[in-house]
Amino acid sequence: MSADPTQVLAFDTNCHLFDGCGFAEVSPGLHSFLFQPLWGDGDSNLYFNKTMLLALLGSLIIIGFFWAAFRRPQVVPGKLQMVAEAGYDFIRRGVVYETIGKKEGEKYVPFVVSLFFFVWMMNLWSIIPVAQFPVTSIISYPLVLALVVYITWVVLTFKRQGFVGFWKNVTGYDKSLGPVLPLAMLIELFSNLLIRPFTHAVRLFANMFAGHTLLLLFTIASWYMLNGIGIAYAGVSFVMVIVMTAFELFIQALQAYVFVLLTCTYIQGAMAEHH
Amino acid sequence: MSQLLIAASEGGENPLVPPIPELVIGLLAFVIVFGFLAKKLLPNINKVLEERREAIEGGIEKAEAAQTEAQSVLEQYKAQLAEARHEAARLRQEAQEQGAALIAEMRAEGQRQREEIVAAGHAQIEADRKAAASALRQDVGKLATELAGKLVGESLEDHARQSRVIDRFLDELDEKAEAAR
Repeated sequence: MSADPTQVLAFDTNCHLFDGCGFAEVSPGLHSFLFQPLWGDGDSNLYFNKTMLLALLGSLIIIGFFWAAFRRPQVVPGKLQMVAEAGYDFIRRGVVYETIGKKEGEKYVPFVVSLFFFVWMMNLWSIIPVAQFPVTSIISYPLVLALVVYITWVVLTFKRQGFVGFWKNVTGYDKSLGPVLPLAMLIELFSNLLIRPFTHAVRLFANMFAGHTLLLLFTIASWYMLNGIGIAYAGVSFVMVIVMTAFELFIQALQAYVFVLLTCTYIQGAMAEHH
Repeated sequence: MSQLLIAASEGGENPLVPPIPELVIGLLAFVIVFGFLAKKLLPNINKVLEERREAIEGGIEKAEAAQTEAQSVLEQYKAQLAEARHEAARLRQEAQEQGAALIAEMRAEGQRQREEIVAAGHAQIEADRKAAASALRQDVGKLATELAGKLVGESLEDHARQSRVIDRFLDELDEKAEAAR
């Protein structure tokens, strides 16, 4: 085994079951989410690594796809334009219009569409051969998106509700609650203003983190057990790799959808009359 | 295992502590996507979607206009047809009336001519009868006078002529005949 556990692929090791080698030697863990810099120094803040490469590459792929589809759009669409239109229309009608409404929501369509395809692409890296790492399983990426949404939400709430309205909105001020009102306001304040961006980011991060860990676990186990009677177990484990890959494909799209749906719900909440 | 523990104890291992450079790159990557989609590509497709919607609605409008026109033309045609029928009926009626009037007129004319002819015939007959009667009277008078002269032997002619006896007698006869009739 090399000295650096972060740069080892599953089949790079010679560690197998019944060879006197423990699974802990090769098992996935937090180190699976660390990358040696491709450029620069890992100790400073000036470096460039695989996740950054994938993030930028993913952006280019999204732009490339939509550029090819929407650069010169036709009234009678071609195949690519039709596919892109379907995706665009799904977010526009299925998410934005449904939650915010057509009139108010139109302004936020580009933001939400970009957000959805960005998150989805970053998730998709998980099962794209060679890359095989979900960028969103590094907390920085979901967090920065959640912060952008959070800032949008705070600014919008201030704009729409004014100063008093803003505090009423974030504390869920409601006179009919009576004596529990202070408590409810405190909880709401924490929930909306402090915990919300955190949960928004962590929901996506944790799903991708766990998904990638599962895939790693079954992949590495398949290789690890490939010895003697262990081959039978390895087969089962490999079937699980296939199943989990398919499952991840579903989860990636679902989490991207949930992320933008929550975004829309927050924006809608900022516009809603306080009750 | 030992390596894992060592790795875990090192700083920056907590997966919930965001590394700053990734944060920056993540923001940059998203801003690139958002910039391109929001400024260029989505407005593009929105314009085309709007055009498509208009094209479809325009087509429907055109079809509706054509239908309306067809409807109006049909109504016009129907109106013209009805008018033509009406006109034809009117002409027929008029012709019938004219024909009837003509026949009545002809009939009246015929009647008039017949009456004229009949009247002329009557007048002719009357005149003939009168002429015949007067001629007869003269002849009868003459013959009677001649006869009487022969009987009397003397020429009564002049006397008779003077006295107009014969004529008076004949008039009396006439009157009697008239009265008897």
